[in-house]
Amino acid sequence: MNDDPRFGLNRRVVLPGPLRLDGGTLLSPVEVGYETYGRLADNGGNAILICHALTGDQHVAATHPVTGKPGWWTRMVGPGRPIDPARHFVICANVLGSCMGSSGPATVNPATGKPWGMAFPVITIRDMVRAQALLLDHLGVEPLMAVVGGSMGGMQALSWAATFPERVSAAVVIASTARHSAQNIAFHEVGRQAIMADPKWRGGDYYAAGDPPAAGLAVARMAAHITYLSEAGLTEKFGRRLQARPDRPDGAKSFGFDADFQVESYLRHQGLAFTDRFDANAYLYITRALDYFDLAEEHGGTLAHAFAGTRTRFCIVSFDTDWLYPTSESRVIVHALNAAGARASFVELSSPFGHDAFLLESPELARVVDGFLRAGETA
Amino acid sequence: MTRALRPDLAVIARHVAPGSRVLDVGCGDGALMAALRDESQVDARGLEIDPVNVATAVARGLSVVQGDADVDLADYPDASFDYAILSQTLQTTRHPDRVLEHLLRIGRHAFVSFPNFAHWRVRASLLFGGRMPVTRLLPVAWYATPNIHHVTIDDFRALLRERGIAVEGSWYLSNGRTARPGAANLLAEHAVFLLRG
Repeated sequence: MNDDPRFGLNRRVVLPGPLRLDGGTLLSPVEVGYETYGRLADNGGNAILICHALTGDQHVAATHPVTGKPGWWTRMVGPGRPIDPARHFVICANVLGSCMGSSGPATVNPATGKPWGMAFPVITIRDMVRAQALLLDHLGVEPLMAVVGGSMGGMQALSWAATFPERVSAAVVIASTARHSAQNIAFHEVGRQAIMADPKWRGGDYYAAGDPPAAGLAVARMAAHITYLSEAGLTEKFGRRLQARPDRPDGAKSFGFDADFQVESYLRHQGLAFTDRFDANAYLYITRALDYFDLAEEHGGTLAHAFAGTRTRFCIVSFDTDWLYPTSESRVIVHALNAAGARASFVELSSPFGHDAFLLESPELARVVDGFLRAGETA
Repeated sequence: MTRALRPDLAVIARHVAPGSRVLDVGCGDGALMAALRDESQVDARGLEIDPVNVATAVARGLSVVQGDADVDLADYPDASFDYAILSQTLQTTRHPDRVLEHLLRIGRHAFVSFPNFAHWRVRASLLFGGRMPVTRLLPVAWYATPNIHHVTIDDFRALLRERGIAVEGSWYLSNGRTARPGAANLLAEHAVFLLRG
């Protein structure tokens, strides 16, 4: 297996498809950027699929080839971590519609030889899941001992369990929801409008000019970033403190519109750094997929029907300061799982860090996920 | 098998049919669920209000949902479990009678255990000391106790009669040992009832 070019870091594959999308179109071919860690057991029983969030990528536990930063979930995946390549065969794929090696608006439309731009079909969370299933078929992975994800990754984990119930033994859904609320959609619409209001967006056809709508994308990221943090977290980190200036180390109001406050400077930095690694159109497409997500709607309006007869074990985790996908959304999932008679666990963990808590060091989260996964290994 | 369990839980564990489906309401850290799973192949689910307990139970591989018996039992379907268990939790709920009704709706049978507030030590504490009792089974002072609806064995029997609830079994505990039912309301520290759902 070590010599098999399908396995390892920073892999790409072009699958013939076609992939029938929820929007009705057929996508062919289907490009997927992905990484694998560890070794698939002879009985195939140790495969864990990690699903990433909105702006995440496949580099879950290895150095990012562009930014040089460590993987985005090394606290969950790695030696001695709950998901350990010594025990597990770990797969993480860039989602459909993104810009890190999987088919999306920035990849080439075979019909025109140019980037898709806004001609790329609108995709859904379930389309992302089906693309991942195509990848697993290619890798020879049939059952998944677990699908694990936070935020949008949690939605994919839910969608996996609902779409391929026989293939998923366990699902870990962290800081997530079974549907996007009006507030969630509203924040995303602010971000999309910021991108589309940037004259450099050019109707999505900016690739040839080499001058992408970075200002719009940065504003979108700034607005979204606020939703990932808690008010208490922001207050603790920044309060009303002012930015240091060369002549005023304690900072001073400029009586202008520079980034006077530290929180302004922080958000501007977050916005700008994001534009170095992310495609504005991909941001439009993925936020659209999130807004369309309503697992109950796909099952006759009753969420419990999504899990009818399921044998999948579920572990739902929320964080008490997460107001993007608050605990009440996790409870909606848990109620549906109970109604369906599913084996479900749910815990609300305490953290000052809001939605972002799922990415940060959390011994309690690690303990819960570790125990939950191990229970499936001994069964 | 059950020697490490709290006495009331040991009584319950001995009387749950192997291979059955159980909902443990107020399951704590999952001690009873783990024993039922490991010794009796029971498919056990839990509901627990304290997040630290939930995390411990989930880390033991148990299916436990964080929630409040007063609120969240309403979401469980009718007759979805063979047994619904409420051990030392009834007296902590805001609406014990409604929780009991949910228990009997959800389970074909229900186990209910509670500390007996009419035990002679409790009576003596009030009668001679004039103070709210702090005993082995009621170890917390009045202002901090989670027990907001103290109940006696006779009170509970009266509620069952009033609601027409059938008793399938009852056990009385004193010093961790099973006591005779005679004068249980005076002599038992603890009662376990098996009710028909």
